[in-house]
Amino acid sequence: MRFQLFALAFAMAYVGAPAPSACAVELSGNVSVEGAYFTNAPLYHDQAKDSASISAEPEFYHEWSNGASCTFTPFARYDSADNQRTHFDVRELNFLFVGRSWELRAGVGKVFWGATEFVHLVDIINQTDMVENINEEVKLGQPMLNLSMENSLGVLDFFVLPWFRERTFPGEKGRLRASLPIDTGSARYESADKKRHVDFAVRYSNSIGPVDFGVYLFRGTSRAPTLIPGVNETGRMVLHPYYEQTNQAGLDAQVVSGAWLWKLEALYRAGQGNEDFFSTVGGFEYTAFGVTSSGMDLGVIGEYVYDDRGDRATTVYNNDAMLGLRLAMNDSASSVVLGGVIRDVKNSATAAIVEGSRRIGASWKVSLEGWFFFDQSADDITWSLRDDDYMKLTLARYY
Amino acid sequence: MICAVLSWPVGAPAQTPEQKGLSIAREGDKRDSGFGDFTAELLMKLTNRHGQTSERKIRIKTLEVEGDGDKSLSIFDTPPDVKGTAFLTFSHKVGDDDQWLYLPALKRVKRISSRNKSGSFMGSEFSYEDIASQEVEKYTYKWLRDETYNGQECYVVERYPVDRKNSGYSRMISWIDKAEFRALKTDYYDRKNALLKTLTITGYKKYNDKFWRADEMYMVNHQSGKTTRLVWSNYKFGAGLGDRDFSRNSLKRAR
Repeated sequence: MRFQLFALAFAMAYVGAPAPSACAVELSGNVSVEGAYFTNAPLYHDQAKDSASISAEPEFYHEWSNGASCTFTPFARYDSADNQRTHFDVRELNFLFVGRSWELRAGVGKVFWGATEFVHLVDIINQTDMVENINEEVKLGQPMLNLSMENSLGVLDFFVLPWFRERTFPGEKGRLRASLPIDTGSARYESADKKRHVDFAVRYSNSIGPVDFGVYLFRGTSRAPTLIPGVNETGRMVLHPYYEQTNQAGLDAQVVSGAWLWKLEALYRAGQGNEDFFSTVGGFEYTAFGVTSSGMDLGVIGEYVYDDRGDRATTVYNNDAMLGLRLAMNDSASSVVLGGVIRDVKNSATAAIVEGSRRIGASWKVSLEGWFFFDQSADDITWSLRDDDYMKLTLARYY
Repeated sequence: MICAVLSWPVGAPAQTPEQKGLSIAREGDKRDSGFGDFTAELLMKLTNRHGQTSERKIRIKTLEVEGDGDKSLSIFDTPPDVKGTAFLTFSHKVGDDDQWLYLPALKRVKRISSRNKSGSFMGSEFSYEDIASQEVEKYTYKWLRDETYNGQECYVVERYPVDRKNSGYSRMISWIDKAEFRALKTDYYDRKNALLKTLTITGYKKYNDKFWRADEMYMVNHQSGKTTRLVWSNYKFGAGLGDRDFSRNSLKRAR
């Protein structure tokens, strides 16, 4: 199925595109170096304490005279400590065809669904690249065929997802991991088709006055695995990721009212062999514009996320409240500082986050990120992160 | 008689200075209406008080909307870390504009508040309200005097933002040439009524035999010592743009 789809995509690219003009490939992208410093010694003896890493993400783009285009974005990272974080991914290899009221994307791509800032509940088309960042915002490229139809009644998107991407997890030597290593090589699936299971999704979205919203149905392999303790071939205790089949319905909505943004995401998931559940996140973002004489903006973000599986949830966010402050300097270096706190309402496990970035010259960007874990509770999924407070400094060159 | 009336659109003796100011603004708006759509390229040169400079390259697409404010799409080409970032604005004659931001790294279209009128646009001396579609209804007006500016006969008109709560200005004074109703210079006064910025607009060229567009807009911030020069190029009118070029899907493929 997958190869038929790709064959179709390439055939369409060939038919739909006249001979490309010579050397019309546009190149952009970035390379970066980063160092992560962990304040405490690791909990598990095989973990390295600190790490250094380099990455590259070039983007090649070509557009034909009829408006069709191709984007290729490979990504590679080398990490000094964790061989699972040393990885390569095709973030995008996409052919885009644009008609009067439709768009067709074929290849490997990325799609974002959602409204909230701390948690991305309904952003389920792409798998999370968890070794990149525990904020779950970095995604793996997803093979897909996406037809998007847009008119005055809104946007209707159809997705055929012919190949499943496994979530990445830190390896034995990496920090920010579960107490037992997750053996990504031994993933198990509910479907006999395993990774070849073809997933489908349909989404309707629209913008009416101050409201932007989307509703979707998804049928296929759950992106978040259940982690099952077991023993690997070498006799070691590990966690096996288990990917279930699910039917999911969800919505995301945002209302703008002056300087306030009100946000909601919710989903209901019905499994075949597993339990049904409901999960939601809601909140606000308020921005005070021009709080200083130099014109800085201060944003306040408050969100609450609930998962009715409670402690059995496959996510760290089961009953958590988040508060964030974002200071945008509005200077020529686009300097931004963000501070946030995530707290489990029930067991009080808390994480504090700081993020800051600014441009240096025209092409460089420096960013600092820190995560700090407090009051961790032995019954919280983040218990194994209790000594993983870290600061990460990244220097990136864009071109 | 009819010809005489038409050739004397403003300044009938019975008008108050407020009425005269409004009719000058309306005439300027009328002369620029009917452009349909245009695309252009914009180079922003930012200079701080120490003389350090930085640049941004932006492409602009604008669609005229009958009976309401224009739709516009701004796509950043540089600096490279924000390449592909795009702003979509549906401006409205009355009430808040609708605004979306596209973040290419996350592939995320984000609805944003348009209350940030006084905030800096990309670190420049132009605020969001300076670059927004200048709808007649967003201000009240008062004609002050006639004056020669740079050898051109001008109306000097003061205007006051209707949305006083969110605007960064108490008033603006513009020099508008009598021949073509083009703004040549504007002084901006901050909320404390102190002179904040001066914009001078030069190099007007006529496109499609009707529509005047400037090559350069130079904004000086008298309080911070910073300046921003906007250099416009490649104006194309009647590019055949429609609503579909200003949709949320179009934001995602803007580049």
